[in-house]
Amino acid sequence: MFAAFLQYLFSGLTSGAIYALAGLGFAIIYNASHVINFAQGEFIMIGGMATATMVAAGTPVPVAIALAMAASMLVGVALEKFAIEPARNADVVTIIIITIGASIFLRGGAQLLWDKEFHALPAFSGETPIGILGATLMPQSLWVFGVAGLAIVVLWWFFNRTLFGKAMLATSHNRLAAQLVGIGVKKVLLASFALSALLGAVGGIVVTPITFTNYEAGIMLGLKGFSAAVLGGLGNGTGAIVGGLIVGIAEALASGYLSSAYKDAIAFLIILFVLFFMPSGLFGKRGTDRV
Amino acid sequence: MNIYTARTGGLAILATIIAVAPLGFSNTYFYDVGVNAMFNAIVCVGLNLLIGYAGQISLGHAGFFALGAYGSGILTTVYGFPPIGALVLSAAVVGLLAFAVGRPILKLKGHYLAMATLGIGIIIHIVLKTEAKITGGPDGMSLDNFKMLGFAIKGDVMWYWVAGIALVGSVWLALNLIDSPVGRALRAVHGSEVGAEVVGVDTSRYKVLVFVVSAVFASVVGSLFAHKNGFITPDIGSFFHSVELVTMVVLGGMASTFGALIGAVILTLLPQVLAAVEQYEAMILGAIMMGTMIFMPKGLLPSLVAVLRRRGGGR
Repeated sequence: MFAAFLQYLFSGLTSGAIYALAGLGFAIIYNASHVINFAQGEFIMIGGMATATMVAAGTPVPVAIALAMAASMLVGVALEKFAIEPARNADVVTIIIITIGASIFLRGGAQLLWDKEFHALPAFSGETPIGILGATLMPQSLWVFGVAGLAIVVLWWFFNRTLFGKAMLATSHNRLAAQLVGIGVKKVLLASFALSALLGAVGGIVVTPITFTNYEAGIMLGLKGFSAAVLGGLGNGTGAIVGGLIVGIAEALASGYLSSAYKDAIAFLIILFVLFFMPSGLFGKRGTDRV
Repeated sequence: MNIYTARTGGLAILATIIAVAPLGFSNTYFYDVGVNAMFNAIVCVGLNLLIGYAGQISLGHAGFFALGAYGSGILTTVYGFPPIGALVLSAAVVGLLAFAVGRPILKLKGHYLAMATLGIGIIIHIVLKTEAKITGGPDGMSLDNFKMLGFAIKGDVMWYWVAGIALVGSVWLALNLIDSPVGRALRAVHGSEVGAEVVGVDTSRYKVLVFVVSAVFASVVGSLFAHKNGFITPDIGSFFHSVELVTMVVLGGMASTFGALIGAVILTLLPQVLAAVEQYEAMILGAIMMGTMIFMPKGLLPSLVAVLRRRGGGR
């Protein structure tokens, strides 16, 4: 009984950690630009696919990882520069379509550059399961927890202890005021896309040995990341992390105890339920509109 | 008076185009594409009421479309309903569902509303895929011809005329709705929700109303599509289909019924044209979506009209 529960919890935490990273990616871009980037899942896919194909071609793993992260960041910066910036003042719907267009474009590109097959990556430190209280944990899951935890700590440090991070925070609070005190708002925007792309790529790379990846892998991961960010309250970093973990664990428990076919539906059902009662998510600011 | 003539003028042009277009059709494939374009156009005319006029987004309308299609499929094949009865009953159920979920979710704003509608669409898609006993699961299900009063609608040519009449009818309905007090209330909601409330518009009632209307449009077209195609799979309710529908509305021009119609026709024809360069299809589609929205954020038709007005010496 308990062992099964623990097993579901482990798998939920593993996917939850990836959702949390994706959710953070949404939150960072949303804070800097009030854009919901529907291409966030594609950053995850690019990270995983680039690493997997380079390793398969004989590139040493650390080099492949570094190159994949750089590639993803480059795509993120290009996306901001060529698609988001020119449409600065457009409607919410218009920008949603632009980022969805970008995600379709990137998927098409990935399919052309690589292929439609699933790609695997060897686990970073072997495949010997670790037994814990009757449940088993794959070493790669530990990598996922560790890397996600590290990423969160580094992000916290970046936003609270570095000048540039504080400038990004300031921009998210009040763009005009930030500009007035001399913060380069355009640079902040670019940096937010680069950072989100990097986070996505990191998540994609560590999870690929567990889930495999293909050119479409980003769709569901992106939507789950969006769910995590909305569940926690848009633009709230802690919220995105908690949201990601809740979605991941709920899914794992639902697929374990109810039906695996309804795993994805459960995640969205929870979000609908939460939004019915808390229209700004769990930790979102209660919005008051200025008329 | 002016609006009235503009409306009948637009409708007359639309009816003429539909009537004349077959002169250029060299085989039934053209009719088939034409029917699909018009089906999409009807859904978009309804969805545009929600997105363009009331200013509310929905990333889940393919779910309502699929419910209409499967409602007709299940009621006619399993329960022996006549097709028209199945269509009406499905539309009523979808309308009720939209009404039930509409009230709580339309309180949400912007991206939260996008998330909620997306969630509803995905849940419907998953249910259709999973309940294989009733829906046939991912393998899909087959339907019979649409029969009414002993007369069967079959073949692409006959469907073309049925879809044409339905399209003209729904455009007429939408244009009338927009020019009614309801339409004015909706535009007030779009302009400023608080402002509308201050002058006594029951904003949530109108938002829910238009949400229900657009869902019913989608459901009815779903039913017709199911009979026309004779075969449906759960993918007609996928997130991608919802995105396609919203893109059609926004690409053609929000808050413009004829714009939504043009967007639907263009986006239906595009894959046919791009089939020649199949491997680049996704990239080109994505690039077109981004490009149009970046350079013409108001959509094709309103941007074109603006250009023409400027050329015409600011009349």
